[in-house]
Amino acid sequence: MDTNLFTTNNLWILIATVLVFIMHLGFATLEAGLVQRKNAINILFKNVMIVSIGLVSYYIIGFSLMYPGESWNGLIGFAQFGLALPEGDSIGYADGSYTYWTDFIFQGMFAATCCTIVSGAVAERMKLESFLVISLLFVSISYPITGMWKWGGGWLDEMGFYDFAGSTLVHSVGGWGALAAIILLGPRLGKYSKNGINPIPGHNIPLAAVGVFLLWFGWFGFNGGSVLSADPDAVSLVFVTTSLAAAAGAIGSFFTAHALFKSHDLTMVLNGILGGLVGITAGADLMSPMESILIGLIAGIIIPFSVVFFDKMKLDDPVGATSVHLVCGIWGTLAVGIFGSMAGLSQLMTQLIGIVSIGVFTFIFVFAVVYIVKATMGIRVSVEEETQGLDMAEHDMPAYHDLAPRSEDLAVK
Amino acid sequence: MKKIEAIIRKSKFETVKDALANINVKFFTAQDVKGYGLQKGEKMVYRGSSYGTEYIDRIQMDIYTSDEKCGDIVSTILKAGATGEIGDGKITVLPIENIYRIRNAEENEMAI
Repeated sequence: MDTNLFTTNNLWILIATVLVFIMHLGFATLEAGLVQRKNAINILFKNVMIVSIGLVSYYIIGFSLMYPGESWNGLIGFAQFGLALPEGDSIGYADGSYTYWTDFIFQGMFAATCCTIVSGAVAERMKLESFLVISLLFVSISYPITGMWKWGGGWLDEMGFYDFAGSTLVHSVGGWGALAAIILLGPRLGKYSKNGINPIPGHNIPLAAVGVFLLWFGWFGFNGGSVLSADPDAVSLVFVTTSLAAAAGAIGSFFTAHALFKSHDLTMVLNGILGGLVGITAGADLMSPMESILIGLIAGIIIPFSVVFFDKMKLDDPVGATSVHLVCGIWGTLAVGIFGSMAGLSQLMTQLIGIVSIGVFTFIFVFAVVYIVKATMGIRVSVEEETQGLDMAEHDMPAYHDLAPRSEDLAVK
Repeated sequence: MKKIEAIIRKSKFETVKDALANINVKFFTAQDVKGYGLQKGEKMVYRGSSYGTEYIDRIQMDIYTSDEKCGDIVSTILKAGATGEIGDGKITVLPIENIYRIRNAEENEMAI
């Protein structure tokens, strides 16, 4: 093995890791922009803590659960607590593609993104500490187990299920978690009334736009790094399909939202971009440029319908995480059986088995965890706290001091 | 002495301000106010649901004046602030008992 190639490969995966890291900033700004001013600190706090909890817990048990080496019937395995550098030359660890340390930090960054998806859906009404407990269990147990089924060489991998960078393993897993949580949590106060849906507009749409551009930027690493080497042809193709799908997602959402609502809703186009990105993620290395455009376009068309559908079901999701990550994640995983070099009926059925099995496991796991936390710690803030805003209720800190009560008022005890 | 309170369109604020400067009104205060009435605010769409703002944004100007100049100011605002559409606003004129300038304790006409 050429050491120069090894260095190049490893460096590319590290750059991809940094790009995936930036996606956390994208999620944080997107979610902060789409919530009300009074809940901005709270959503940022959750985003910051999830990355931190995600990385540490992935170090303690997550990585080992997801890549155990040997497993029981391809269902579950566990190597050891923490990390254990394998013996032998590091160049031999992954055929000269990356080192053991790179493997951990790249996968760890992925794990944390999955959990961030939930935070947006439950925003503005969930208790901080309950959310963190649920997140910890989700990211350190549920995500690695279903991840192992495919990426850790488990039963779905044996069966031929394909999910290149995680339309299902990361995005729809996060989406199922979000769905289970919002079912038990209930909508924000006043969102649904006798008169229908009362929109609760986000307080900073420009910030949300920054977030989506950052997510698109980071996705070059999310998908490009999932080649798991610096293979020039594969990485370049993945860059092309990823970006074309994102662009087509915006276009699909633009026309659909305008036809449905007679307006140019920026938040819908932003969701459309993310839908396209989630959609292409399962087959980014399999698709031709034209096929990636079709996948992105369909994802973009799905988004406005899906947002309306969840609102009709009174499932309140302030940022559209279920539409983007769950619905488009399912679509992207199915698309592997419809478009590209693996397309075929039997592949489509295998994809379906993967979607359903991972969906059922994740939904039941998260539903059970949230149910138990609801019965013990409680998951929802009080009506007073929700009305006041979680920034003051849980953090004693407004996001924007110049709009807060004057210091003289605050000084009175 | 009179106090003139004028609630006008935000879009007409600059025009009214300039017109008042032309007739030598040296000082007034202005603040953002929200009106509530039969006329609903802007229609907006957010994530597929349309809604109207309940309140109508307007600006309220408070002007202190001597009795003789009051008519001039009112007619200036009536002219500069009008579009002819519903929602142009209102002007009220109130009598004032006393005015004091805080800096040097000048009173009434001197303090305007």
